[in-house]
Amino acid sequence: MAEPLLQLSGVHTHIGPYHILHGVDFSIPASQLTVLLGRNGAGKTTTLRTIMGLWQASSGMIRFDGRDITKTSTPDIARAGIGYVPESMAIFTDLTVRENIVLAARSGPVEPARLDWMLGLFPALKRFWNLPAGNLSGGQKQMLAIARAIAEPRRLLLIDEPTKGLAPVMVRSMIEAFKALKASGETILLVEQNFYAASALGDNVIVMDDGRIVHSGAMREMVEDKTLQQRLLGLSLDAHQ
Amino acid sequence: MTEMAAGTTTSSEPLPRAKTDLLPLLIVPALALLALPFVGSGSTWVTLTVAGLAMGMMIFLMASGLTLVFGLMDIINFGHGVFISLGAYATLIILGPLAGWAQADSVWLNLGLLALCILAAMGVTGIVGAVFERIIVRPVYGSHLKQILVTMGGLIVAEQAIHAIWGASPIPIPLPETLRGAFIIGDVIMERYRVVAVGIGLIVFIGMQLLLNRTRIGLLIRAGVENPEMVEALGYRIRRLFVSVFVAGSALAGLGGVMWAFYRQTLTAGMGMEVMVLVFIVIIIGGLGSVGGCFVGSILVALVANYVGFIEPKLALISNILVMALVLIWRPQGLFPVARR
Repeated sequence: MAEPLLQLSGVHTHIGPYHILHGVDFSIPASQLTVLLGRNGAGKTTTLRTIMGLWQASSGMIRFDGRDITKTSTPDIARAGIGYVPESMAIFTDLTVRENIVLAARSGPVEPARLDWMLGLFPALKRFWNLPAGNLSGGQKQMLAIARAIAEPRRLLLIDEPTKGLAPVMVRSMIEAFKALKASGETILLVEQNFYAASALGDNVIVMDDGRIVHSGAMREMVEDKTLQQRLLGLSLDAHQ
Repeated sequence: MTEMAAGTTTSSEPLPRAKTDLLPLLIVPALALLALPFVGSGSTWVTLTVAGLAMGMMIFLMASGLTLVFGLMDIINFGHGVFISLGAYATLIILGPLAGWAQADSVWLNLGLLALCILAAMGVTGIVGAVFERIIVRPVYGSHLKQILVTMGGLIVAEQAIHAIWGASPIPIPLPETLRGAFIIGDVIMERYRVVAVGIGLIVFIGMQLLLNRTRIGLLIRAGVENPEMVEALGYRIRRLFVSVFVAGSALAGLGGVMWAFYRQTLTAGMGMEVMVLVFIVIIIGGLGSVGGCFVGSILVALVANYVGFIEPKLALISNILVMALVLIWRPQGLFPVARR
């Protein structure tokens, strides 16, 4: 079996006096979309921020493409090829849509073919190209945040709750965009609370609770196993379609 | 350059242009026009306006670095005043050996002297700024209270160091010959030095605007003001940017110090600290982190001070505070608020 692209082993994270992650172990295979599920406060966002080096793991190991990045600085983690879309989207509202994309392409101008591909995924961004990103709606900001993450080739995308607070029509657009990203061979770790979206996209699923991994496996198994859904998530997929 | 870098996409549909918030920009001309009937004489009004613009430019030069440091690094640097004083004193490095250039009957030697003083001041304050950031500011990132206390302490130490090096007595400095006197056009009197100050202020402002809006480093600074963490997550080492901006901010304060020193023609170690209240007022009025806001705020404050000082001198002392209060009632985040997390 090929070595996973990302591997977390016994990762603990403390934020001030709070112990948030309690020995998190999981691995992310290349060219697949893995969904990280869990209730609010389960530690999903902390996991992504710890991988990005925005919060330092207090113990354990994070390996990316065989290299230990546990103590690596955030810019170096990004330079290693990990793109990050935070829950807050964190777009630069004073910068135009174009400037947000230009800044995200750190290694140089965006290739025209990639730009066409990005704008094909998120056509709404064209209309606001030269406007400050602060003028965008919530869904459009989310699109920009993801477009920014793929402005240049990345080896892994960490995306935190991209459908949160979006209208159903926007959620469907987002799912289509992620399907296209998957089809292009991107490796994605997607934090999601919307099980409908998660099940439509995920190859694999990891479930967290109270800072620990409580389940890890194929998404198809979870979709087919209502008892597992009830036990881990307290819901069934049918109720959320 | 890709199509994107050129600001276009492959779509044939027209792209909307960015809207510009013009309202705050109209305040300055509106204020000037409003003051005209109260001043009465047109020539006096022009004289007051040019003097106000010159003062505004000097305040802008002293404040622009602080607003960037404040906006990008979230550092409340009460020690900024020391870079103004130090820049002013750095003129002595040039005025010592080249004192004759100030009296020379040559425009080029006179302006060359000013240029050398500016270069020396920016060099000295830039280097001291780098040391100040490393020793005094860096240990207190993230704690405003500690920043205030520590940078105030740094200011006191640096002022005493100036006393130790150059003495505690005020030092007179000569204004280069060409910059003395005034241009007289009809009844309008415009001091030459103030006109030069307006020119230098405009050059710096235009340079900063070009840097911030037309270059990648400018994009990074603007993005870093808004969300430094996300800038790091995109792969940029923001700490280096912080240091560069702090050094540039210190150097700009040094430049402001030179202009301020030649305006007063006297050096005192406390001259930087004396203008810090004004500096803080303009960066608050302008919107923390906004260079454009700092520019408009500086001119606004200086013009109001000049007009009020002429029309109703008793109110001159409170005019700055009054302007700040009115602006903040209208726009609590300042004239050009910069978005932050």
